[in-house]
Amino acid sequence: MAVLLFLAQTLRIAIPYLFAAAGGVVSERAGLIGLTLEGYMLGGAFAAALGSYYGHSAWFGVLAGVLGGALLAVVYGVSAIRFRADQVVVGIAINLLAIGVTRFFLRLAFGSSSNSPRVTGFGGEQSGNGFTALVANPMIWLGLIVIPLVAWMLYRTPFGLRVRAVGEHPAAATSVGVPVTRVRYTAVILSGVLAGLGGVYLVLDQHQFTDQMTAGRGFIALAATIFGRWDPSRVGVACLLFAAAETLQIQLQGAQLVPSQFVEMIPYLLTIIALAGVVGRAVPPAALGRAPE
Amino acid sequence: MTMASPEISPAAGGAPPSGGTSRIAARARLEEALLPSLVALLVAAIVGDALIVSFGQAPAAVFRLLLDGTWGNSYGFGQVLYKATTLTFTGLAIAFALRAGLFNIGAESQLAAGGFTAAVVGLSLPPGLPWIVMLPVYVAAAALGGGIVGGVAGELKSRFGAHEVITTIMLNFIVLALLSYLTSTYLKVPETLHTTEIRSGAVPRLADFFEPFHGSAANLVIVVAALSCATAWWYLFRTRRGFELRAVGLQPEAAEYAGVRPGAVWTRAMAISGAIAGVGGLNFVLGYKHYYEEGFAGGAGFLGIAVALVGGTHPLGVALAALLFATISQGGLAVNALVPKQFVEVLQAVVIIAVAVSVPEVRRLLRARRRNA
Repeated sequence: MAVLLFLAQTLRIAIPYLFAAAGGVVSERAGLIGLTLEGYMLGGAFAAALGSYYGHSAWFGVLAGVLGGALLAVVYGVSAIRFRADQVVVGIAINLLAIGVTRFFLRLAFGSSSNSPRVTGFGGEQSGNGFTALVANPMIWLGLIVIPLVAWMLYRTPFGLRVRAVGEHPAAATSVGVPVTRVRYTAVILSGVLAGLGGVYLVLDQHQFTDQMTAGRGFIALAATIFGRWDPSRVGVACLLFAAAETLQIQLQGAQLVPSQFVEMIPYLLTIIALAGVVGRAVPPAALGRAPE
Repeated sequence: MTMASPEISPAAGGAPPSGGTSRIAARARLEEALLPSLVALLVAAIVGDALIVSFGQAPAAVFRLLLDGTWGNSYGFGQVLYKATTLTFTGLAIAFALRAGLFNIGAESQLAAGGFTAAVVGLSLPPGLPWIVMLPVYVAAAALGGGIVGGVAGELKSRFGAHEVITTIMLNFIVLALLSYLTSTYLKVPETLHTTEIRSGAVPRLADFFEPFHGSAANLVIVVAALSCATAWWYLFRTRRGFELRAVGLQPEAAEYAGVRPGAVWTRAMAISGAIAGVGGLNFVLGYKHYYEEGFAGGAGFLGIAVALVGGTHPLGVALAALLFATISQGGLAVNALVPKQFVEVLQAVVIIAVAVSVPEVRRLLRARRRNA
């Protein structure tokens, strides 16, 4: 029972990471830095709350959340691709924009500075250990297959080949007729949709939007993307690993074995170690962060 | 071209156009430096208007209230100066690293680390020491705290090639978690997020010299901020080290060919950048509250990116841009009765995006025009 409980909680924590990290892989493999994942998640979460509240259906929430994430991704894409703005600067600004916009519209739509009213989620009330709710929630199932889907897309479809080409060597891709700009726009919007779904999951799971509710999850997803060396299956494992560490910390809270702050550090420390190349260096896509000439 | 000729200062954003006289080049440089910021402010004003109208208010009234609540009275102005002080430090830190071609996203945790080490020193001192004697000690402590965090990122880059953008972001989370652990385990007053009060060397408020500032948090750390800008300018543009730093920033391969080791410059630049951000922690810890509190940085490290960019990565520009962003921040509180104060957060983000977009775009347009002229 304890093992099942551990797995269930790990899964619940991992789902938003899996969505956002899938978005991170798609974006970074196409050459666009994934600093924006946190903002996409927050934008997707708020839009999901709006959609579910006014549409009285969780599916409207999903639809709105996807649009919310995509909208922020379009702002990022236009700035970084059309105007060749610095991706790091715009990326940070997209996150600030998401915080500001969701707070502003939280006041405008719901008259609150902290949270939305209760919204419809999937599977009704949380009860007992939550297994029923877990199985009944389509977002869980979607979250479980999102990484395999991205892996298939990236390695088994023509579009995936183009994404990888554009991220590694845009000039070569152009020379064989790949529409670099279009591929990059598609990839960045797809990453907004995927990370937005991570935010949707949070809102529908907690039945409300709260200010800054993503709480750094987008950056953990970015850490997983890098720690997983931009390869979908490894990134998926990284997400599960980070989630398992968090679950362990929550379940051991009473025992006080390790201070929670040190558990919080794990994903970030592992990422720095991976980047520094202590055990097998993490090498990013060659054209990451660069605007092609 | 010899390595040590300090007169050669490359343009803020790329090479000056070839074939022009120096006056035309200077004008071109000024245009490229100023226009993007002006475009960005224009865009922000338009977006701001739209948000205000969406809340059913008149833009003119809101902006007038914003000005009245900031530059229109001495308390508001004092608050602007207080906020501008922290932003000057973080903006200067980021601008300094940018001159070396490095993006320091870690100013947030460097600021916190500087405030923390200063507080630790302050708490271990006997009470009642005069501030004028203690200030240099505090500056050194804060610079050390922030400098270590920055230096680690610099060393990770020069030794292992780990990209500083990612490592500084990750270090933000790591350092803030570490400080949270240290504060809550060893220093915290129960039921709060802050340490006990520092009783030695509190920096006087500006109100002590000029009564109308009464109640505002503006304090003499602002003088340290001004001195830091002047020193950074002198280092960057008047010393050999500064010249090397800018050379590496413009073209690391060329600098290496000329005998500069980029790795050493990166580590040094990040350590100094972190130290500058760290000293900014004094504004809150010694100038305002007289204790360290978790989360006091409050996003100033990220807003510093905007300050550095709008200020054209020049120390003087940074100070002016810090005043601008401090005005927007404080203005949000002033207009809260009419429009939710969160609208200024949107404005700040829009300014950053607009600057990032217009820097390359304006340069391209200006160069195209010059070619056609």
